[in-house]
Amino acid sequence: MTVKLMEHFEEIAALILFGIGFTNLLLNRNMMKKIIGFSMMDSAIYLFLASYGYIDGRVAPIIASESAPLEVGMYVNPLPAGLVLTGIVVSVSVTAIMLALTVRLYRRYHTLDIDRIALLAREANAH
Amino acid sequence: MEALSVLLLVFILICAVAVSLTKDLLTSIIIFMAQSTAMSVVWILLRSPDLAITEAAVGAGVTTLLMFVALKKLHAIKTRGDEHDGRK
Amino acid sequence: MAASDFRRWIDEGGEPLDARMCADLVAPEEPEREDPFAQPHPREEMTYERISRWSHTRGERLLRGIYCAVAVLVCVGLSALLIYTALDLPQFGGADALVDNEVSRFYVEEGLEHTGAVNIISGIILDFRGFDTLGESHVLFIAACTVLLLLHLPQGDDPDSLRMRMAAESDDRHFEPRHDPILQGGARVLVPLLIVFGAYILLNGHLSPGGGFSGGAVLGAGMILFLCAFGFKNAERFFTFKTFRAATTAALVFYALSKGYVFFTGANGIANGISAGRFGAILSGGLMMPLNIAVGLVVACTMYALFTLFRKGDL
Repeated sequence: MTVKLMEHFEEIAALILFGIGFTNLLLNRNMMKKIIGFSMMDSAIYLFLASYGYIDGRVAPIIASESAPLEVGMYVNPLPAGLVLTGIVVSVSVTAIMLALTVRLYRRYHTLDIDRIALLAREANAH
Repeated sequence: MEALSVLLLVFILICAVAVSLTKDLLTSIIIFMAQSTAMSVVWILLRSPDLAITEAAVGAGVTTLLMFVALKKLHAIKTRGDEHDGRK
Repeated sequence: MAASDFRRWIDEGGEPLDARMCADLVAPEEPEREDPFAQPHPREEMTYERISRWSHTRGERLLRGIYCAVAVLVCVGLSALLIYTALDLPQFGGADALVDNEVSRFYVEEGLEHTGAVNIISGIILDFRGFDTLGESHVLFIAACTVLLLLHLPQGDDPDSLRMRMAAESDDRHFEPRHDPILQGGARVLVPLLIVFGAYILLNGHLSPGGGFSGGAVLGAGMILFLCAFGFKNAERFFTFKTFRAATTAALVFYALSKGYVFFTGANGIANGISAGRFGAILSGGLMMPLNIAVGLVVACTMYALFTLFRKGDL
């Protein structure tokens, strides 16, 4: 069991990070903390994906020498890195939109507490 | 090399817990930035230099800056008491 | 309901999609509506008090405690389940890793020949998965537009919007150091370095680690530092809303055209006329460098635009 845990330490760290981010999202009532928790879940997923591209003892997939014969066994898997790269940049725009929405909500309700925002919104609708 | 990986991952997890436990928003944003920086070293250890550069510039740089600016805006709204919704 | 609104919007053209939303966005000079949060009035005071009393009663605290316990349980359970599943996956770092299949082998073997990029990852995101990147550039552009819609301040000359813009300006000045010697001195050294480094990453994306996304982000960070240190007056000399519009539109159109021709050549045109990249020669590698520059422009402009929008509600 312990050996198996040590073999998978990278993925386990990623999944624990995912759990912490999710807990953050559920437990914190502060909107900014929720946004940070969401970003943490993002990076946990990227870590999990990219850790499967890694293969021990291989180098980054950049074919530096043109004379040497191309050896597939030399390079780590480039596919997860390519997928994650797009994801990282998209997560910034998601964060930006969430922050802009938070600023608008704060302008209207003067609080970052999501429960209170929900209560105030319900009161406003009831009138 | 493996020891460094484990150390960095433990640091990332500690940062993640610390973010949710700190009361001050500015502190938690800075801790999140530290976490992103550690993450970019992890990318190098995973042999993905592209990801490392992007994470350092985007995750640790621009995301944190946006959060700082948004926090500044929230403080400004709080200080100016008579603020109402932008386009009433 | 929404569908009928949408149908009417299509049919009649001018009819707004949602009357309330439209009034909120484009008609700021509409006479004051009934808005319970515009001014603190007695009913609102009562609401606040009631909420605070609620949150201090025991029942509320009990509910909160139950919610916390259930949330923690769910999260721990989810993590444990995921970890238990992950233990059955192939070993981390092993050569028999899950995704080491014929697709990635093909990318490594044929990538240089097909795309002309020495950096395989660059080749994947700009050629094999080129449409993905096109969509992602549009995601960035749309994100900037959304933030513009959400945070934009009215630009008219009427006293109301003038007052709002003045207030935003004063907020900005209140929290930002002007003529700060440490910031300006640091920026004098760092901004040229950042810009040159960003340009280097951008132009060498097909030969070394980097490319459009990372180079664009570094360029954007350099411009943001310049803006922070020297203020909007100096930054507007080279970046206004017009620059943003022109640069992003040109980059997106160029990217779409240079990827879209594949449609007309029946997907055979991918490798046409592209020389293989050589290590150290920037101009080798065919379309890779122009595409990298286009993506980098979009990313840099978006990052800078997001920052300025958050700071001043304007570009």
